[in-house]
Amino acid sequence: MLAAFIIVFREVIEAGLVVGVVLAATRGLAGRGTYVAGGIFAGFLGACLVAAFAGGIADLFEGSGQEALNAGVLIVAVAMLVWHNAWMASHGRELARELKAVGHAVKEGSRSLMALAIVCAVAVLREGSEVVLFLYGVAAAGQTTALGILSGGLLGIAGGAVISALLYLGLIAIPLRHLFGVLTALITLLAAGLAAQAMRFLAQGGWLNDWVTPLWDTSSVLSEASIPGRVAHVLFGYMAQPSASELAAYLAVIAVMLVVRRVIGQETGGRMQASA
Amino acid sequence: MTISILRPAILAAACIACAALPAAAADVQTIELTLKDHKFSPETIEVPANERFQIKLTNADATPDEFDSTDLRVEKVVGGGQTGIIRIQPLVPGRYMFMGEYHAATARGIVVAK
Repeated sequence: MLAAFIIVFREVIEAGLVVGVVLAATRGLAGRGTYVAGGIFAGFLGACLVAAFAGGIADLFEGSGQEALNAGVLIVAVAMLVWHNAWMASHGRELARELKAVGHAVKEGSRSLMALAIVCAVAVLREGSEVVLFLYGVAAAGQTTALGILSGGLLGIAGGAVISALLYLGLIAIPLRHLFGVLTALITLLAAGLAAQAMRFLAQGGWLNDWVTPLWDTSSVLSEASIPGRVAHVLFGYMAQPSASELAAYLAVIAVMLVVRRVIGQETGGRMQASA
Repeated sequence: MTISILRPAILAAACIACAALPAAAADVQTIELTLKDHKFSPETIEVPANERFQIKLTNADATPDEFDSTDLRVEKVVGGGQTGIIRIQPLVPGRYMFMGEYHAATARGIVVAK
C-alpha cells in the first residue's frame, strides 16, 4: 500500500500543481469550475485511452510513439500557456478590477479558459496514464494485495489534491496587486519547463541528436527524484542535469513570453489612450 | 550479478545486423535488457563513456512497467510482453541507477559508463 501511495502521489503531485496554478490563474472568471473540471475529466479519459492503447502507441514511429505523444502534448501545453499569458497581458488589469463582480469579462475569458482547461487535460493525461497503467498492473497481478494497493492509490490521489489545494490557497493569499505578476511569472516558468521536457522526449525519441548532453549536474543539491525536486521541476522547470537544447527551449519560451507581453501591453496601452 | 561484457564477436555480429538498418541506428550500440519477475537481467550494464547507446528492454512480465532513471534522464513505459527501445545520450564516466518504477522494490539496475 505504501509503494502504491508513493507512486500515485508522485504522479498526482505533478498534475495537481498544474491544476493549482490554473485554478489561481482563472480566479474570478465565471464558469472556470466547469472548464477546469472538464479539462481534468478529459485528461482522465485520455489517460485511460493512452493506457489502453499503450502498446499500439509505443509501436508508432519505429518504437518512439510514446516519446512523440509526450513531446506533442507538451508543446500543445506550452502554446496554450503562451496564449493565456497573452490574454492576461491584455485583460489582466481589467480582470483585477472586476475580480469581485465579474460580468462582461466572462465572454472574452472563455477562450483563455479553454486554453487552460487543455493545459489541465494534458497534465492529467500524462501523469494519469502512468497511474492507470500501474494500478492496472497491480490489479492484474493478483487479488491478495489489490485492495491495499488501491486504497494506497486513492490516498495518493487525495494527497496530490491536498498539494494542489495548498498551492492554490497559497497563491490566492497573495495580494491582488501582486497576484497577476506572480501568476504570469509562474505560468512563464511552467511553460518554459514543459518546453524543456519536450526537448528531452525529442532526444529520447531519436529526433534530436545534438545539444543533448547535460551541461551541469546539481542533483547533489536538489535531486529531481526528491519531492521538493519534483515540485521545483513542475513549477519552475527545475532540471538537475539540463542539456543545451533543454536550456535553449527554456530560455526561448521565457523570451517569447516577454515579447508577447510587451507587444500586447503596448497595443492595449495604445488602444486605451486612443479611447480616452 | 556478474557484469555482462559484450564480447567483440557479438558486437561485430550486431554491427553487421545493424548495417541493414537506417544510418541513425547503425552507429549505436544496443544492449539487451530483460525484465522478468519484476527483476532486470542483467542488473549491471557496462557501456563505454561518451558514446550514445540504446537499451532494448524486453518486458517478459504480464504487466507493464516504466523504465525510469533520473540519472540517465529517461522514462519509458513498456507494456507486458512488449519490447521498448530506450535511447541514452553519451554519458560521462560514472554509475547510473535505473529502476522499473512500478516495481521499484525489486526492479533495479545500474549502468556503469567507463
